[in-house]
Amino acid sequence: MKSTQQLERQLKRHSKAARLENWGRFISFSALLLIVAVVVGIIGFVASKGIATFTTNHVSLWDFLTEKTWNPNIKDAHGNPEVGALPMIVGSFLITILSAIVATPFAIGTAVFMNEISPNRGAKILQPVTELLVGIPSVVYGFIGLSVVVPATRAIFGGSGFGILSGTCVLFVMILPTVTSMSADALKSVPRYYREASLALGATQWQTIYKVVLRAATPGLMTAVVFGMARAFGEALAVQMVIGNAALMPSSLVAPSSTLTSVLTTGIGNTVMGSLQNNALWSLALVLLLMSLVFNLIIRLIGRKGRM
Amino acid sequence: MSRKRWVQGFIVIALVALGGYAYQTRQVSHARESITAVGSTALQPLVEAAGEQYTGEHLGTFVNVQGGGTGTGLSQIQEGAVQIGNSDLFAGEQKGIKANQLVDHRVAVVGITPIVNKKVGVTNLSTAQLIKVFTGEVKNWREVGGANLPIVLINRAQGSGTRATFEQFGLQGRRSKTAQEQDSSGMVRSIVATTPGAISYVAFSYVDKTVQDLAINHVEPTEDNVTTNDWKIWSYEHLYTKGQPKGLTAKFIHYVQSAAVQRTLVRQLGYLSPDQMTVDRDVHGQVTKIGGE
Repeated sequence: MKSTQQLERQLKRHSKAARLENWGRFISFSALLLIVAVVVGIIGFVASKGIATFTTNHVSLWDFLTEKTWNPNIKDAHGNPEVGALPMIVGSFLITILSAIVATPFAIGTAVFMNEISPNRGAKILQPVTELLVGIPSVVYGFIGLSVVVPATRAIFGGSGFGILSGTCVLFVMILPTVTSMSADALKSVPRYYREASLALGATQWQTIYKVVLRAATPGLMTAVVFGMARAFGEALAVQMVIGNAALMPSSLVAPSSTLTSVLTTGIGNTVMGSLQNNALWSLALVLLLMSLVFNLIIRLIGRKGRM
Repeated sequence: MSRKRWVQGFIVIALVALGGYAYQTRQVSHARESITAVGSTALQPLVEAAGEQYTGEHLGTFVNVQGGGTGTGLSQIQEGAVQIGNSDLFAGEQKGIKANQLVDHRVAVVGITPIVNKKVGVTNLSTAQLIKVFTGEVKNWREVGGANLPIVLINRAQGSGTRATFEQFGLQGRRSKTAQEQDSSGMVRSIVATTPGAISYVAFSYVDKTVQDLAINHVEPTEDNVTTNDWKIWSYEHLYTKGQPKGLTAKFIHYVQSAAVQRTLVRQLGYLSPDQMTVDRDVHGQVTKIGGE
């Protein structure tokens, strides 16, 4: 009787390995919980602050998204605060799209060279160089932009040199390494037998690259570009240093304008928590956050499409 | 396995040691006195320097100084999150601040001058001309007697104390046209120095050889002219406390306002001392002569 009980207890007791496994599961689960809590906390905080502009200060959402004057300190003829975010939203999108358009051909070209045309040299020289570029802090890019790109733009196109064009130049260099290395990964993941089959059918190397490899890698390349756009959209410091930060609708590429991030970084220290001016900035932050979520969703969608 | 145990043991010991160290330092910093001052970047150099001197002379105290801007300073002191809020403005001028809860301690006076790029060829503007330049009525320097260059406005960020002072006293309460905005005086100076046709405004201490300061109505931007209010664009620098200051906060503010600091540090760093002023200005901009012949 006693011995069977003992046996039962022995059998039912968790082994050391099982306990270790439970412990590990607990640790990784709590790490996950912590990260989820942080993300939910940030989104909740930004949302609650950003929505206050519309609930507490009674700014209409439509006005916020379509009006062109950004002057939170004063009120217009109807007594509504002037918080039209359209110039910043347009500025952000313009600069993001332009820099992606400029960067994409260079990035894909480099990736093709690294993977298809000269894999040896590519791996030895280009790979480390692009990785190095990723690591340069954005303030350095901004500083170079301010002391090289802005005077150059001024000399060539006139104006003050500050504007979307200078911002595009700086962002182009900033997102290039990201897009390049992700494009290279996309090309690498194209199976070798695709190329072999194409060459065996008598296609030249260029035909193989253009008609087979690039086509097969399209979803990966798209992801790379969208990833670069997400980075460009969220970049604050470097852009702020060269864009001029004028909350005006961009009338030309060399006129000073602003982005969501540049207005945020210049303004946040000069406003008081809980005031309209501060809430309006949080609303801009909310727009930024929502946009980066949209970029993430696009990346997801492309990835899913690519799998099929 | 034994190696793994050893690593685990090491991590546990390290964690305990770090925790213990943190606990120890927490106690120490509580035993000593420390205060935090946050806010205006224009006032930051003075408070930092005074803080260093003060803690050097009074061991066991610590004055922690942070920037962040006038708005941050005032909102933090209103919430009681810090002991001192540094501000370029009267608390009553900042939106969202309940000024009656805060106590003002004036520690310095800052003169602000318009600066232009050297190629502009203008050294004096009338107030009317200055207003026209900043409201966009005049678009070329030729129209105010300068070179044939388009005017490039550079503003400080909205809500900046320097900008508020400049618009109130330099532009007589008018708002500048929306234009480029920069969030620091150093940045403004370097952009004005390199951009043909640029005009902006900075505190006297930021003026150097790379830019040209402007006289207004033929009054030169000098400290002497500020003390008599002949040069109208100036502001007090304030240390705000929530309620009357106590303990180290009171001692430190008293120290900054003391004659020793006012005569040396304040002037060395390019500020004026409130003691030098022959006029007094209140929150509404009303100027009164300080009594006495």
